[in-house]
Amino acid sequence: MSKDREFYLRRLHSLLGIIPVGLFMTQHFVVNHFATRGEESFNTAAHFMESLPFRFFLEWFVIFLPLMFHAFYGLYIAFTAKNNPQRYGTFRNWMFVLQRFSGVFLVVFIAWHVFETRFQAALGAEVNFNMMADILANPFMFAFYVLGVVTATFHFANGIWSFLVSWGITQSPTSQRISTYVTIGIFLALTVVGVQALLAFV
Amino acid sequence: MSATATKTVVLEILRQDTTDATPYWEKFELEYRPNMNVISALMEIRRNPINADGKLTTPVNWDMNCLEEVCGACSMVINGRPRQSCTALIDQLEQPVRLEPMRTFPVVRDLIVDRSRMFDSLKKVKAWVPIDGTYDLGEGPRMPERKRQWAYELSKCMTCGVCLEACPNVNSGSDFMGPAPLSQVRLFNAHPTGAMNKDERLNAIMGEGGLANCGNSQNCVVACPKGIPLTTSIAALNRDTTVQMFKNFFGSDHMVD
Repeated sequence: MSKDREFYLRRLHSLLGIIPVGLFMTQHFVVNHFATRGEESFNTAAHFMESLPFRFFLEWFVIFLPLMFHAFYGLYIAFTAKNNPQRYGTFRNWMFVLQRFSGVFLVVFIAWHVFETRFQAALGAEVNFNMMADILANPFMFAFYVLGVVTATFHFANGIWSFLVSWGITQSPTSQRISTYVTIGIFLALTVVGVQALLAFV
Repeated sequence: MSATATKTVVLEILRQDTTDATPYWEKFELEYRPNMNVISALMEIRRNPINADGKLTTPVNWDMNCLEEVCGACSMVINGRPRQSCTALIDQLEQPVRLEPMRTFPVVRDLIVDRSRMFDSLKKVKAWVPIDGTYDLGEGPRMPERKRQWAYELSKCMTCGVCLEACPNVNSGSDFMGPAPLSQVRLFNAHPTGAMNKDERLNAIMGEGGLANCGNSQNCVVACPKGIPLTTSIAALNRDTTVQMFKNFFGSDHMVD
C-alpha cells in the first residue's frame, strides 16, 4: 500500500464507516426491531429484505465490500496506535482507545455473525425468527450478541464524532463538545433499539 | 519530612549510555534547597555525580538552553508526563521524581533525544514564508491586527516535541509527523504572504505521514506547554484539505485560489 495514498484511504475509511456501513447497521437494527411485534412480523420483514431486487449487487456493494475495507484498514489503524490512557486519562483519549478495541472486537463478532446467518443461508438454511431464537437461547451467545450490539452502536456513534472532525465539519472545541453529546444520544438510542430486538428473541 | 536540614530530594533517572544501549534506572538523593527545579537538581548531580548507593557514577546528560520555557530543548518525561524540566519545580512534584527521555525520539544519551524528525517535517511542509526573489518584491498584503494576535498564539510553538510524545499515533510503527508541524501549516497559511503558497503546504500534509494519521485522541492539546489550540488547528486543516482534495481533482488549473 503506497503511503502517498494514505490520506485518501483514511478519508475513504472514515466515509465508509458512516455511509454505507453505519447506515446499513441502523437499517438492520430497525428491521430486527420487528421481532418485538412477534415472530410473524419479523419473518415478513426479513423475507421482504431478502427478496429485494438486485440483492447480490446490494449485498456486495452496500454491505460486504465497504464493510471489509473498513474492517481490514481499521485493523491496520488500530494496531499502529500505541495507546496511552494511563498517561492521559482524558475522555477523548479513552474514546480513542475504546474505538480501537471495539473495532477489533467487531471484526470478530461480525465475522461470526455473518458466518452464523448469511453464510448458513448461502448453504441452504433459512434465516428467520427461529434461527435467531435458537442462537440466542444459549446464554453465552446471548451475552456475546448483547456485547456485539453495544460495541457496534458505540463504535458507530463515536465514529460519527470523529467523522465530523476528520472532514473538518466540527472545528471549534464547542462544536466538538456538542457533537459529543449528540453522539452519546445516538449511542443510547441505537443501543435501546438493538437490545430490545435481541430481548424479543428470548 | 522532619527538619529542613535533613530534607532531601530523591530522583530516579532512566539512563542510557548510547543510542543503542539498554536503558537502566539510577537513583540519586540530593540535599533539598528552596526553589529547586529539575534542572538545578540535575546540575547538582553533575557537580557531585554520586548515586543513592554512594557510588561514583557518570554525570547525567540532558539538554537545555533558555531556562524559561521558550526553547523546548530541556523537554523530558517527568513523573510520566512530557514537559520542560526548567519549569518543573521540585516543590510541586511528587517524590521520587522520575525522569525519562522522550522515547518517541531516538535517545542520544540519558535524557537527550534527537528531535531532527520534527525539523525535517517543518521542511517538508514548507513552514516558512517564501519572500526571496530576483528583484525587490515590495511590501506584502497587510495582516489584520486581530488576525495577527490570533496567529501569535500559533507561533508560540517551540518544536519541543511534547505533543509528539503525548500522541498515541506517533511511534516507531508509524511515520505520522505529529501535531506541531501541522499547526505550523495553519500558521503560515494564515499569513497573507504565506497564503500565496498554501496549496503546496496542504498537498504536503496530504502526503506520507501527514494529517490523515491523526486519530483524535486530543492528547496534544492537553500536553502542549504553550496552550496552542492544536486540535482546532488539525480540524481546521481537515476542512482545508477536504477543499484542496476536491480542488485537486475537480478544480480548474488555478493553484492557490
